[in-house]
Amino acid sequence: MMLTKTSSGAAPSRLRRTSSGAPAGTLDRRTFLKRSGMVAGGAAFASQLPYNVMGKAEAAADAAAKVEVKRTVCTHCSVGCAIDAIVENGVWVRQEPVFDSPINLGAHCAKGASVREHGMTHDSRRLRTPMKLVNGKYQKISWEQAINEVGDKLLAIRKESNPDSVFWVGSSKHNNEQAYLMRKFVSFFGTNNCDHQARICHSTTVAGVANTWGYGAMTNSYNDMSNTKCALYIGSNAAEAHPVSMLHMLHAKETGAKMIVVDPRYTRTAAKADEYVRIRSGTDIPFLFGVLYHIFKNGWEDKQYINDRVYGMEKVKEDVLAKWTPDKVEEACGVPEAQMLKVAEMMAKSKPATLVWCMGQTQHTIGNAMVRASCIVQLALGNIGVSGGGANIFRGHDNVQGATDVGPNPDSLPGYYGIATGSWKHFCNAWGVDYEWLKKQFVSQAMMEKPGMTVSRWIDGVMEKNDTIDQENNLRAIVFWGHAPNSQSRGFELKQAMEKLDLMVIIDPYPTASAVIPDRKDGVYLLPACTQFETSGSATASNRSLQWREKVIEPLFESMPDHTIMQAFAEKFGFGTELSKNYKMISFERNGRKWNEPEPESILREINKSVWTIGYTGQSPERLKLHMKHMNTFDVKTLKANGGPCDGDYFGLPWPCYGTPEMKHPGSPNLYDTSKHVMDGGGNFRANFGVERDGVSLLAEDGSHSLGADITTGYPEFDHVLLKKLGWWSELSEDEQKKAEGKNWKTDPTGAIIRVAMKNHGCHPFGNAKARAMVWNFPDGVPQHREPLYSPRPDMVAKYPTHDDKKAFWRLPTLFKTVQDANTKNEIAKKYPLVLTSGRLVEYEGGGEETRSNPWLAELQQENFIEINTKDANARGIRNNEYVWVQSATGMGKIKVKALVTERVAPGTTFIPFHFSGWWQGKDLVGKYPDGAAPFVRGESVNTATTYGYDSVTMMQETKTTLCQVERYSA
Amino acid sequence: MARMKFLCDAERCIECNGCVTACKSEHEVPWGVNRRRVVTINDGVIGAEKSISVACMHCSDAPCMAVCPVDCFYKTEQGVVLHDKDLCIGCGYCFYACPFGAPQFPQAGAFSMRGKMDKCTFCAGGPEKDNSVEERTRYGRNRLAEGKLPACAEMCSTKALLAGDADVLSDIYRERVTRRGKGADMWGWATAYGPAPGGPKPAAPTAPAAGGTKS
Repeated sequence: MMLTKTSSGAAPSRLRRTSSGAPAGTLDRRTFLKRSGMVAGGAAFASQLPYNVMGKAEAAADAAAKVEVKRTVCTHCSVGCAIDAIVENGVWVRQEPVFDSPINLGAHCAKGASVREHGMTHDSRRLRTPMKLVNGKYQKISWEQAINEVGDKLLAIRKESNPDSVFWVGSSKHNNEQAYLMRKFVSFFGTNNCDHQARICHSTTVAGVANTWGYGAMTNSYNDMSNTKCALYIGSNAAEAHPVSMLHMLHAKETGAKMIVVDPRYTRTAAKADEYVRIRSGTDIPFLFGVLYHIFKNGWEDKQYINDRVYGMEKVKEDVLAKWTPDKVEEACGVPEAQMLKVAEMMAKSKPATLVWCMGQTQHTIGNAMVRASCIVQLALGNIGVSGGGANIFRGHDNVQGATDVGPNPDSLPGYYGIATGSWKHFCNAWGVDYEWLKKQFVSQAMMEKPGMTVSRWIDGVMEKNDTIDQENNLRAIVFWGHAPNSQSRGFELKQAMEKLDLMVIIDPYPTASAVIPDRKDGVYLLPACTQFETSGSATASNRSLQWREKVIEPLFESMPDHTIMQAFAEKFGFGTELSKNYKMISFERNGRKWNEPEPESILREINKSVWTIGYTGQSPERLKLHMKHMNTFDVKTLKANGGPCDGDYFGLPWPCYGTPEMKHPGSPNLYDTSKHVMDGGGNFRANFGVERDGVSLLAEDGSHSLGADITTGYPEFDHVLLKKLGWWSELSEDEQKKAEGKNWKTDPTGAIIRVAMKNHGCHPFGNAKARAMVWNFPDGVPQHREPLYSPRPDMVAKYPTHDDKKAFWRLPTLFKTVQDANTKNEIAKKYPLVLTSGRLVEYEGGGEETRSNPWLAELQQENFIEINTKDANARGIRNNEYVWVQSATGMGKIKVKALVTERVAPGTTFIPFHFSGWWQGKDLVGKYPDGAAPFVRGESVNTATTYGYDSVTMMQETKTTLCQVERYSA
Repeated sequence: MARMKFLCDAERCIECNGCVTACKSEHEVPWGVNRRRVVTINDGVIGAEKSISVACMHCSDAPCMAVCPVDCFYKTEQGVVLHDKDLCIGCGYCFYACPFGAPQFPQAGAFSMRGKMDKCTFCAGGPEKDNSVEERTRYGRNRLAEGKLPACAEMCSTKALLAGDADVLSDIYRERVTRRGKGADMWGWATAYGPAPGGPKPAAPTAPAAGGTKS
């Protein structure tokens, strides 16, 4: 029977839609395919909506309105999804998918599809004006007053104590230009005490991976994953953290690729896997080396590749075969032999295979060793430097890669130059300032060359006894310049540290949890920064591609761009001229004062002229803007432009894009790929660790080199001496010879050494060496499993104990064994038997202040929760959706969250997302926010209950394995 | 003339909620009204968890139209089921009739506790003039009139949610299923659009043998 009422066959004519409004021709197959961004077999569409066409269509609808289309990039993760913002009379009214983008083909997750909310002013939760805490209440102040008062206080602290008494937390949400300027600004203030979210995100990856083969970054790209035959995700929940990356993975799956997900939780990503492997939290090395055991046992390793391109694999093999037999693997990580063998076979026999990891692997006391174990598996299989293979390390924030590369790092100047005398001189030269002047800004040359504290430990910089810290004074002031404190572990102690400080300055689009956590009466300033949609600049996606964002709208309310605020403070501090010597300045009046904004393009040009090491030199603003305009010309699988104005370039000139922009290096889509010429983005492993070790050569073997290289064996990095020896020095012009004399490829200000090596001779400026399976300068040369400080298994602690304590490590005493031993002695694992791990939700980002203030996202996740297995819940009388108390294993700190009773986690494991803040031990802090600026959704921060534990190389915090107890809620 | 349909590919949907916020943003749908949502079944059960995005499916033979006492529904030439908020009395019959739970009843409204019904329009607006302010404020944007497809499907992170002409959708889906060799079950398709001619299962073909799946 037809359900449709027969009478409606002649529906009232006024309800009949005229067809004029919906021309049938617009929805034919071609249009549909185009608009749905569908790829046929991975190929991009030949015909796409040209840039700016949408604006015209809109304009036709309302001729009076001024409609513009601004191309920007989502700021919520490192995938780098392009967005066309439709701006009507200066108001951001719509966002349209950019089907042309080779990265996301128009696709968005919940966060990306909702970024327009940033431009909405009604009921906005933004921080609207500068604020000052007066007698426990936030009061509005003017920008002039804010710059003066905050500036005076910081100057006073610098004078009374010294510049090292202020800690500057920069941001991975700054664009490259702002992040770079921040490092310069902090240097001019006279300290290395600066850091940003990369510390607590992928610092272990950057250190581990760079020490293995050269550069600390994702080797391939999200797009390249569509070329893989097998992908192993370990400690990555891409479906929630990097949803659009799944577009490429699912394409690969549909053409026969296998997908393996290794995680303590059965995540949304695991739900898409061919094989799900559940491991105990923190046992990545037993798992990875368990895989390697079967690879070696069966002779599945790539022997030629190892011989030609890998150092130290023999040592690893011995260790693995002796220590990681199937019984030991199962005992440690819980995976039976049959499944281990199956995974090993899948990885070994489906080539190329890629390996993906994220925070599940990095945020451990042995994160540096875990990531290297992952590298070693890929090296053994010969999967690095291969399209479809690689170590696909998904970064977090939209510009965390860029901020790591050129931003505020405590141990390095932009481009991983380090902070030795020569590095300072290189940059003084680039900045146009006198080295001696800069040195005087610091306490001493020794402090100038000593790595600063890390963002993970600033708490201890405040709280530790003065005689145990490796600088003169404790920290007295902190500046949070785009950082959520609830993303840091040991939240309970963080509050105490915040209360002890003389001064807290928060520069952010939102008040953030920093505004409400401490119980302070005064000494807190909130300064409104604008978002990346209210300024312009470049951002580096995880795959190392740079994308230029156009300014979508003018800064809302009284907010200001970060780099403009930096310049204002620099002027207040008396080094405004020095900071901006090379920049074009834009002067204007706003919010009752005069501002000088350094033009982002000219900051990028300064980066182009100084950051040779990692090839941030070829990406001129002009080239980047050209790419943004002609996205449609890039292939989705290779990222290469075929024809058009960017012909031969890879999209976003993924770094390294060596030499000057004029040299036209196309960028490097897949690192260390010897199948390509260096001028086509090819390469090999970096010679960065000497040429031999204990009589064994570290350089690549004969015949192993990038395509077309004049030197067909391993060679060291290029400098003036090597060029002269090779007889290539005469290929530099006379002027270039003068400037390059005594320099190497990283410090030659002309870029000529690079040009001669690459363009004339097809050689890699950083040399051609082997990757290191054995990293002798790390605490464990061959990665070793060590139990977390808060381990649920005392029996395993006895077998795999942690490191010894370190006395002065990044300026602070750092405990390992003391904490672990005390926990064993006090039977902490009995009192707090549940593993507590944390992670992401798709709807929120980072500390969540921004996304929980977006009603479209906030509606989807209204309360924080703990995932607990049915068995553990029943044993505690806990029912689904009830409130529970989660007790920190420190005995300090408990949090009130809803129970989500689920089989996603195994018995003994619990999980809490880390995006929440605004509650403190059961109490909603809504009244403490400035009026109207509390996020829509607030909740308990998991980190109020997390514990001590830091990586033995980078100070990464341990958030992925700690312990807790869960109880029924009582008030 | 195209016949508009939705199709959600459960093999691809990752519950990222991109469709949900795309809809919210495009139409400024208020808090509490969910024209589209993502449902996950067998949550946490290894090997059995599936997610699907659900909204008004714009059924061929729409039950809501059949039961509406004031006849406020109408169907466009492209098969999109729309309604007139001037006629709607907020009785909620359509909600009981709908197999997908699509009709939404905002609490703030003129008639009774329920207010006017609101639902997915397939981004095709309402009875007012195309792209007029009146249409936009009451029904949201009219993308079809602009030659665009629904925002949810256009922005879907994994291209799981497809919207458009039924023939094209079938072609795309058939190709996918053939390539991957599984996932032939198009959730909700039969309920919304009726069985495909010649068999109980909808248009998707059966899986070919493994090995023939690589393109």
